[in-house]
Amino acid sequence: MNKNKFPTYIIFIILLAILAGFFDYQPIWSKVVSKIHLPQVFLRDWRLGLDLVGGSILTYNIDLNEVAATDRDSVVNGLRDVIERRVNLFGVTEPQVYTAEAGEDKHLIVELAGIKDINQAIEMIGETPLLDFREVEILPAAATSSAGQFAGEDSNYKFIPTNLTGRYIKSAQVDFDNFGKSVVSISFTDEGAKIFEDLTGRNVGKPLAIFLDNEPIEIPTVQEKISGGNAQISGNFTPASARKLVERFNAGALPAPIELLSQQTIGASLGLDSLQKTIFCGIIGFILVILFIIGFYRGFGLIASLALMIYAVLTLGIFKVIPVTLTLSGIAGFILSIGMAVDANVLIFSRMREELKKGLPKRAAIEEGFRRAWPSIRDSNITTIIIAVILFYFATSFVKGFALTLFIGVLMSMFSAITVSKGLLEMFTKNKEKQK
Amino acid sequence: MDIIKYRNIFFIFSGILILASIFAFSFFGVRQGIDLVGGTNWQIQIKDSAVKDSDLKSALGEISGYSDLTIKYLADGNFIVKFPSISEENHQKYYQGLKEKFGEVSELSFESIGPTIGQELRQKFIWAFTFGLLSILLYIAWAFRKVSYPVKSWKYGLIVILSAFHNIIIPCGLMAFLGWRQGIEIDTNFIVALMFILGYSINDTIVVFDRIRENLFLTHNKGNFDFGVTINSAIKQTINRSINTSLTTVLAVSPLYFIGPLSLKYFMLTLVSGIIIGTYSSIFIASPLLYVWHHKNKK
Repeated sequence: MNKNKFPTYIIFIILLAILAGFFDYQPIWSKVVSKIHLPQVFLRDWRLGLDLVGGSILTYNIDLNEVAATDRDSVVNGLRDVIERRVNLFGVTEPQVYTAEAGEDKHLIVELAGIKDINQAIEMIGETPLLDFREVEILPAAATSSAGQFAGEDSNYKFIPTNLTGRYIKSAQVDFDNFGKSVVSISFTDEGAKIFEDLTGRNVGKPLAIFLDNEPIEIPTVQEKISGGNAQISGNFTPASARKLVERFNAGALPAPIELLSQQTIGASLGLDSLQKTIFCGIIGFILVILFIIGFYRGFGLIASLALMIYAVLTLGIFKVIPVTLTLSGIAGFILSIGMAVDANVLIFSRMREELKKGLPKRAAIEEGFRRAWPSIRDSNITTIIIAVILFYFATSFVKGFALTLFIGVLMSMFSAITVSKGLLEMFTKNKEKQK
Repeated sequence: MDIIKYRNIFFIFSGILILASIFAFSFFGVRQGIDLVGGTNWQIQIKDSAVKDSDLKSALGEISGYSDLTIKYLADGNFIVKFPSISEENHQKYYQGLKEKFGEVSELSFESIGPTIGQELRQKFIWAFTFGLLSILLYIAWAFRKVSYPVKSWKYGLIVILSAFHNIIIPCGLMAFLGWRQGIEIDTNFIVALMFILGYSINDTIVVFDRIRENLFLTHNKGNFDFGVTINSAIKQTINRSINTSLTTVLAVSPLYFIGPLSLKYFMLTLVSGIIIGTYSSIFIASPLLYVWHHKNKK
């Protein structure tokens, strides 16, 4: 009897769901992994968004006004790398640094989950050892006053920006000059060395200004053309200030200035509170749904509830495997998808009942019910999928969480309707027929 | 239940709701959250339970020099303070100032958003919304491409879009009303909820229309054809499913409204109101509209 063949795949799905149940619950899962000596790869933990574990999102505007249009991409990438290196010094787990287009502007977004001292972090990120070299033109009036080497605000000097900036610095170190004073030695990248060579060649016998954070720190006179790409800055450094500057250079000077546009900081206690409340609400919501479908549909409601449970543990398992970063709205998206997943079961069931009324035998009614319900299941979910994709594409990181869990949740509910619900229905009808 | 017969009651009911929403929207306006217009939201907890919001207001006003700050007391010494967007430097200054004044103060969350971000976000959502509407329109045109009797397929599409507007305008009106009554703000989550409603509420309408379409295939050749009867029976066949589907969705998320975290409360309210309105409109508005349009053309 081929037609009554027991759907073996449903056994497999049930076993998978039981496994997923263990996998989803971290306290048990970590014990399982250590008991049966699974490799550490299997010991995955939930990845929670920083609105649940606490942390900060900082959004910066990148000022690209001074950068030539052709260089912008490389400057933005360089900036991201520099900030990434600085952020890694905070010891935050998995900091995220990424850029985003915002109309004409470029934004740099820094996500620091679990950061304790955000004030210090902002200071360290925003520090701009913005080094650049400028050519000096001595205005006629200044020719008479021979002094004034350090006259940054002196209107007798005109500083002409060059394209030699901190982005060409390869490394820096603290040295001492002949008088035992601290100086900072920098070496340029190959490209920077060439620019430096041209610049010094052009200005032999003339002063060249070194600017740090838009302040002139030294205006030495160029003795000769310098090749090889090494330079020494001998501002008025103390050993400590020289060392600090070197650290900043080695972490990378910012190739373009940035400005903090917004910060969102969520305290760890508020995050934990939100997480606990949301999980609690999810469980209550799930119970309400199950009570309702069992109350309304009786026997079929039980099957649908079982299907819904399998759906929930499998979907959570997928979130954990990928892993999806669960934010507050992301969990809400999942809870929403649980409510929506009932729909496919209801559609199938009501169609099946119609087929039964027409006098079809049970197994045939299940087949026919599925066949007829499928277009509706598909159509009614496609619009939600379209919206989830658009939201994911357009939205900020918190909203992305909602879009992603909703998307995966809806896809999984369609999948579970044609496998889990159908398999369970067939399994239970077969058993009934056997009893007769 | 003969929905086609009593259609005018539903049209009037929806008309009133829509007019009320438009009224609320244009007279009260909506309060926009800081993520849309910029500003600062600061949630702090003060251990000293004797501190009232008026104390906090005057203390903060003194420290910061802002007079237009609003303070909302939540519970357990939790306050939400709102003022224009401030620098990190000032944030630390105010925080220190509050600690000196009130003793133990802890910071639960701090959000300060510059006005330019809000503008960009609004722009983004306008695009997302337009894009969403267009994709759905295209999808419906494709899904209903095969039905042409007795109603042209583009008419199904147009009615689906019309009812989508109906489903979105009413939650907007509700939020405008709540903004006026309780100072509730709309934020990114609200717009996300509207987008969700746009997709979800249409699904009910599509299922009902699918059934009408299927019944048309079965009946329209058998003479003595009555479009009203076809629609009524399609609604009768799908009404249980429509209501139960929304009900399970509403049941699943409603705890988040009642006992969930504050930041999700009005997100959930918008979702739930949209889901309910969507289900109502797919049964009582979209299908009768199809009937009315068909009959107008006949005469």
